[in-house]
Amino acid sequence: MAGRAPVRTMNSAFIAMIADEDTITGFLLAGVGNVDLRRKTNYLIVDSKTTVKQIEEAFKDFTTREDVAVVLISQYIANMIRFLVDSYNKPIPAILEIPSKDYPYDPAHDSVLSRVRYLFSAESVASDRR
Amino acid sequence: MSGQSQRLNVVPTVTMLGVVKARLVGATRGHALLKKKSDALTVQFRQILKKIVSAKESMGEILKSSYFSLTEAKYVAGDNIKHVVLENVQNASLKVRSHQENIAGVKLPKFEYFTDGETKNDLTGLARGGQQVQACRTAYVKAIEVLVELASLQTSFLTLDEAIKTTNRRVNALENVVKPRLENTISYIKGELDELEREDFFRLKKIQGYKKKEIDRQVAAAKAFAEEKVAADIALKKGFPLNSAHDLLTQASKKDEDIIF
Repeated sequence: MAGRAPVRTMNSAFIAMIADEDTITGFLLAGVGNVDLRRKTNYLIVDSKTTVKQIEEAFKDFTTREDVAVVLISQYIANMIRFLVDSYNKPIPAILEIPSKDYPYDPAHDSVLSRVRYLFSAESVASDRR
Repeated sequence: MSGQSQRLNVVPTVTMLGVVKARLVGATRGHALLKKKSDALTVQFRQILKKIVSAKESMGEILKSSYFSLTEAKYVAGDNIKHVVLENVQNASLKVRSHQENIAGVKLPKFEYFTDGETKNDLTGLARGGQQVQACRTAYVKAIEVLVELASLQTSFLTLDEAIKTTNRRVNALENVVKPRLENTISYIKGELDELEREDFFRLKKIQGYKKKEIDRQVAAAKAFAEEKVAADIALKKGFPLNSAHDLLTQASKKDEDIIF
């Protein structure tokens, strides 16, 4: 308990996103997006030209920012930086892997869900799914 | 060696025995409390696990429907709607706030989303497909709702996981290290005190024996002296001292220088 950072209360925090253009568009339509004075966005649009390096950087940036409570990341992008996602273990911001339009959601890859499944008795999860 | 490390290094005294006993009582109570806390956390943890699994399931469905509504909106309003949306981003109107929930002394963050200010996308799709765009918007807001719920479940999951681990570690430490050590210390102090008592008893016995011997000796000496004195008195009354009676003989046996023959 000593090593754990105290959970801070946030009065208003953003939802950061790393996803493909369509997903981002949808969430921006809902009003999640934010651009601050220095033209820094709280989302990263990943297309074919985006490098893994950029994704890594954005992920590190979003997870260390003070004003981000939730990070949404498309699962196929999370798979590109799987080592970073799996080694991330802070409670805040929460990392959520979301399915994307072009790639079906695979619960086996989700870092949290795999832990959940490991802790949960195997059959009760299996009966819920499929 | 393990016997040495299994107890505290204390001076075996009655005071220390009291102190260690008090500590053992404290450790026992703490152990019981921590055990209860761990149980409470585990109950909560299992509920959260169940919720996470079902929320992850529903997340897939909801996102699927929101993607579909986005596709609809794009079909009706034209593909350039995304450029309009991307350009319109200024300030987030949909934000998240977190507050804490206290479960058995563990603070769990709970997120909730709230809308703050007017969205800039109200007029998006005014030319065509406005209905679909608004439908898409509500679909995504609904998706956000589920995702935020899931996020708070997930953070609770991680925090609780950590808390349960530390609590269990403490419970085990108390049960397997602290309590046996205190018990060993108590038995050690008790044994040592008993040993001291036996030693003391033995010493007292020994001293008593010595004293008795000494008194006996003195009594015997006094008796002898008294007898001697009585004998001397009797001799004195008879006319010659007790010592002089055989003194002549002893004197005679000695060589006298004045006697020539």
